[in-house]
Amino acid sequence: MLSKEKTLKIKKTAEKYRNVPAPHGEDIDLNEYKINKSDVIIDSLEDLDREYRSQLENIGINVKEENTSGSYLQINNEAVYSHVQSKIEMMPISEALKKYDLDEYYWNLVEIKDKYSARAALELTEGFFIRVPKGVKETIPLQTCLLIGKEHSSQNAHNIIIVEEGGELNIITGCTTSAHVKSGLHIGISEFYIKKNGKLTYTMVHDWGENVHVRPRTGVYIEENGVFINNYVITTPVKSVQSYPTIYCEGDNSKATLQTIVYGKGQSVIDLGSKVVLSGKYSSADIISRSIADDTSEIVARGLLVGKEEEIKGHLECKGLIISDESRLYAVPELDARKANIDLSHEAAVGKIAEDQLIYLMSRGLTEDEAVSLIIKGFLSIDLSGLPPNLAKSVERIMDMTLDSI
Amino acid sequence: MLTIENLSVKVEDKLLLKNINLNMDNGEVHVLFGPNGAGKSTLINTILGNPKYKVVGGSIYFKGKDITDMPIYERAKLGIGISYQSPPSIPGVKLKDLLKIISKVDWEKIEKMAETLHFKDFLKRDVNVGFSGGEVKRSELLQLFAQNPEFIMFDEPDSGVDVENVKLIGTIINDILLEKTKKPADRKKSGLIITHMGHILKFINVDRAHVLYDGIISCSGSPDEILNTIIKYGYERCIACYQKRKH
Repeated sequence: MLSKEKTLKIKKTAEKYRNVPAPHGEDIDLNEYKINKSDVIIDSLEDLDREYRSQLENIGINVKEENTSGSYLQINNEAVYSHVQSKIEMMPISEALKKYDLDEYYWNLVEIKDKYSARAALELTEGFFIRVPKGVKETIPLQTCLLIGKEHSSQNAHNIIIVEEGGELNIITGCTTSAHVKSGLHIGISEFYIKKNGKLTYTMVHDWGENVHVRPRTGVYIEENGVFINNYVITTPVKSVQSYPTIYCEGDNSKATLQTIVYGKGQSVIDLGSKVVLSGKYSSADIISRSIADDTSEIVARGLLVGKEEEIKGHLECKGLIISDESRLYAVPELDARKANIDLSHEAAVGKIAEDQLIYLMSRGLTEDEAVSLIIKGFLSIDLSGLPPNLAKSVERIMDMTLDSI
Repeated sequence: MLTIENLSVKVEDKLLLKNINLNMDNGEVHVLFGPNGAGKSTLINTILGNPKYKVVGGSIYFKGKDITDMPIYERAKLGIGISYQSPPSIPGVKLKDLLKIISKVDWEKIEKMAETLHFKDFLKRDVNVGFSGGEVKRSELLQLFAQNPEFIMFDEPDSGVDVENVKLIGTIINDILLEKTKKPADRKKSGLIITHMGHILKFINVDRAHVLYDGIISCSGSPDEILNTIIKYGYERCIACYQKRKH
């Protein structure tokens, strides 16, 4: 439930921004993308037809639901499956809005300030609502999947995750289109709340059709001693992605780590960045990105650390490989310090594959192509040291799978 | 095994090797001495097939095949291996994964060799990332063991290695990689070692030595004799022979 005031306020703001373009990324004509429901009815992920199943498997979703604490599947704008095998609470956001008072959580971290967020506020929108009760630590990953199943349609999602005090949750999210769908629009609003001593690890793999536009809008709020680890991976062609999540390290000692892995292929235009606002004492953040620009792709790797409180520590590391002369890689690392006693740093480096690495591997018997592919895989590999073993294994498997297709 | 005939090599228009002739039979180990900048690394890189080093004259034959224009990885596949002095690091690539890709021997044997080298903990590490001088050398030897080449070049295998590990590295090169403990007729491996100080030669059974000076092999002969002369008189004595060879 939302209060009347809140509902009215959302509606009013959304109306105002209905036609306002975003500051970054290609401007999209929303009228071109219809908002469809889904015609899939299932009792388990295994009931899905083969095309859907293999698409889900490609982005790391276990359709047998083994080694998972729960699964959520949204096709177009309908939650077709939501099932948990643990103490975690999960339901479609439409149900949560009926069941709970969400005034404090809904449209609280993400502002409605462009036509995409406005559409998610005004039109039919589904999404997942996940709540980890106080003190519940679930190390077995929960999987969520958002799939566009119809050509040229608009998928709108609004996701909320609340990790209550001392709770822990690991999520693997896959976003994809079914194999026959080449074009579409995905708008995803995500608002995550990590309360005192809570921990959330969020690993997201994107595998869209080559004419799909993607516009996620994300906000994360971390309380005292809370930890947020975010891994984002995209290695297949897409029309465009533009995303700039904001993480608020509000509590003392809160910590955020964001790793972004991008392989720009085909004509992909990818504009990605993260902003972390450090306003809790001793809070810290690491923004790490690895980008490869190939073919005629354009990649913008942004990052912004804002230091608002004393004794904070933040590091931004942005590394890129440029493979094709037709591609472009633009790195924008920014630091914004507002207190004297803080530690903010950044490093950015863009280059080609080092000749001595190639010679080294070739002198061990690898062909030039094999050597290039191994160096790229290494360059894009994710640091799994902060993840629980179960999740690390899953993420490693997903990474191997994604990188093998390069 | 390896025959080099009248080899001349240029890098960026600079002539670094002049009319080199060298012959190595099966089972032989040669050592190459020479001051800095004499062309030792150039010779190794040229045999390896590094495209930066342009052959402007002469030929290289390996196992009877003319490999002068062969790409680097084909030479490796044919049985040429190298232990680098300062290899690059490959971030994100685990040593274990690289070993599995290049390996021609059973994994159990590689693991056992890693144990012998006190290097098992490094299998999980990224190749050469943050390795010390001695660790780099052990990583190189382990990779060579997996790759199992017939002809191995060692570029300063003892540089940056502490005394204790020089013995370990030297013994493994001699006994395992170069099969020097086997009967001469059973030896199938050959090696070419570059060394400055020659500490490692205490542990390796070398058949022949050459002195490279300003791109020319100024003399060849018994390893002990040549090493003792260099230790006693420096490379001064080599200059005279170099002058003689040059004309």
